[in-house]
Amino acid sequence: MTLSATLDDLPAAASPLARLGVAVRRNPTITFGVLLLSALVLMTIAAPLFAADPFRQAPINRLRPPSERFWFGTDQFGRDVFSRTVYGARVSLIVGFAVAALASLIGLAIGLVCGYFRRVDGIVMRAMDGIMAIPSILLAIALITLTRPGLGIVIVAILIPEVPRVVRVVRSVVLSVRAQPYVESAIAGGTRNTKLLVRHILPNTLAPLIVQATYVCASAMLIEAGLSFLGAGVPPEIPSWGNIIAQGRTFFQIAPWSILIPGAFLAATVLAVNMLGDGLRDRLDPRLARRL
Amino acid sequence: MKNGEREETRETNMTAYILRRLLATIPVMVVVTVFVFVLLRLAPGDPAAIIAGEDATAQQIAAVRGKLGLDRPILEQFAVWIAGMLQGDFGTSIFSNLPVSRLIAQRLEPTVSLTLSTLLVAVCLAVPLGVLAAWKARRLVDRLVMAFAVLGFAMPVFLFGYVLIYVFAVKLGWLPVQGYRPIHEGLWPWAESLILPSLALGITYMALIARITRASMLEVLAQDYIRTADSKGLAASRVLLLHALKNAAVPIVTVIGIGVALLISGVVITETVFNIPGLGRLTVDAVLKRDYPIVQGLIIVFAAAKVLVNLVIDISYVFLDPRIRY
Repeated sequence: MTLSATLDDLPAAASPLARLGVAVRRNPTITFGVLLLSALVLMTIAAPLFAADPFRQAPINRLRPPSERFWFGTDQFGRDVFSRTVYGARVSLIVGFAVAALASLIGLAIGLVCGYFRRVDGIVMRAMDGIMAIPSILLAIALITLTRPGLGIVIVAILIPEVPRVVRVVRSVVLSVRAQPYVESAIAGGTRNTKLLVRHILPNTLAPLIVQATYVCASAMLIEAGLSFLGAGVPPEIPSWGNIIAQGRTFFQIAPWSILIPGAFLAATVLAVNMLGDGLRDRLDPRLARRL
Repeated sequence: MKNGEREETRETNMTAYILRRLLATIPVMVVVTVFVFVLLRLAPGDPAAIIAGEDATAQQIAAVRGKLGLDRPILEQFAVWIAGMLQGDFGTSIFSNLPVSRLIAQRLEPTVSLTLSTLLVAVCLAVPLGVLAAWKARRLVDRLVMAFAVLGFAMPVFLFGYVLIYVFAVKLGWLPVQGYRPIHEGLWPWAESLILPSLALGITYMALIARITRASMLEVLAQDYIRTADSKGLAASRVLLLHALKNAAVPIVTVIGIGVALLISGVVITETVFNIPGLGRLTVDAVLKRDYPIVQGLIIVFAAAKVLVNLVIDISYVFLDPRIRY
């Protein structure tokens, strides 16, 4: 018996598609989250192509149950719940992504400074503790009470109580990285503070920051819907999931679809973001993964 | 050192610790009050203009401003507000002209009932679920519990509330649709009116507790002394509850405390879904009427409740885990 091998016996170099397949199989939760979110984003962008006018009132079609013509039924003004739900995704996605992005940026900046410059730390962290002691939805409600309702103010109001959560994550990473020999030797070598922070410390914070950002995004979406549901969110004429649900409350017993369907969309979206976060956490931070 | 002496030092240490923790809540509350005050003053809207209405004249707005004391220097306003609160005076509602403290006191019972019953229901359901999942790790029960935990995190309180109403009140007619019965009207009507709201409010909380209980139990169950207890033939229930759960308790209690924040935020929404006349409803009504002294007072009350819960949790560690030094 001779031992011989030709090039043909080598495993074929993985095609991009095959590699994608492996990645998908290894990270089912990330895949699920990304697919569902992409579908939602596509849906909101393409909404004008397939969904009816979400504002058109047709009193003759009031409170119709789901049918072939009105997939998700109609509300008390005869508006199409399907197209309102499709358009409503815009608000949730914008609020979720905007709050997550802004909270990450602001939280990263404050967290880096707090973790690195010990003198600032005490004061700033006490302030963060104070903000965290205020229930987030109440803080948001209070802010919105005193201003004219609008998408921008909703984003700011949700953002403020989320920032301390990001700061805490970033700060704890900075504190542990700071004690590492390579950082100490960089300090001893006379590296400037800004370079040290950006080049040596910041990269360590990115993985936990991304994971935290997904949770902030999910929480922002839930709070936005809650605020709109309470009548303290985006202006009532904008079809957001919270607003659709709030307006469906009066007729809930005869037309439950106008609450349950947008609610289910909201739950699915939050689920997708959370799955993405859990998956990323397992990939990026194996220590945390084992604990939960 | 004799045993009695040690006990004594332990006790004085403990009192000192509790006192220290109590003092540590003061700066947090100071930050909360300053933050709420500054934020509400800095917010771009003018409360006087909003209260006076869309087409109020400048004079009317000025009158409202004078009535609210908003024309006085900002530091004086702050001092007046703080001094009042320290004496239990949270200001006066703009619309009903009643003291905010009285309005809050009137609405306290439903909210406290709802929060406590949710706490009870959630802990009684979620801790056993978490223990079960850890015991049967990687089996079907575990997967089901984890699936519940993941879904629970994504479930908006109001959606679950309406689903519960639809199924158990509208379709099956087992429980009242909405509303609250005060406890003096009888224990059963009171409890009956709290079942669905507690489940709705508790869903995310239960998911959180179940998840942490499972994680903490898994860690403890991998310890040598558990194997010893198992191999000397102790009943599984005894090992799980006496040896494992007791040692897994600290993270579980922590998360039960952290989760109270979830409950406080959720109360506002749950009370609206179930038409419960509690503090949450008071908040929403005040927001819709822009009655900001009430909103301000309620934030302080809720934040104080949260700080207090954290304090209780911190102190409970000492009893749960004697290794924790204070």
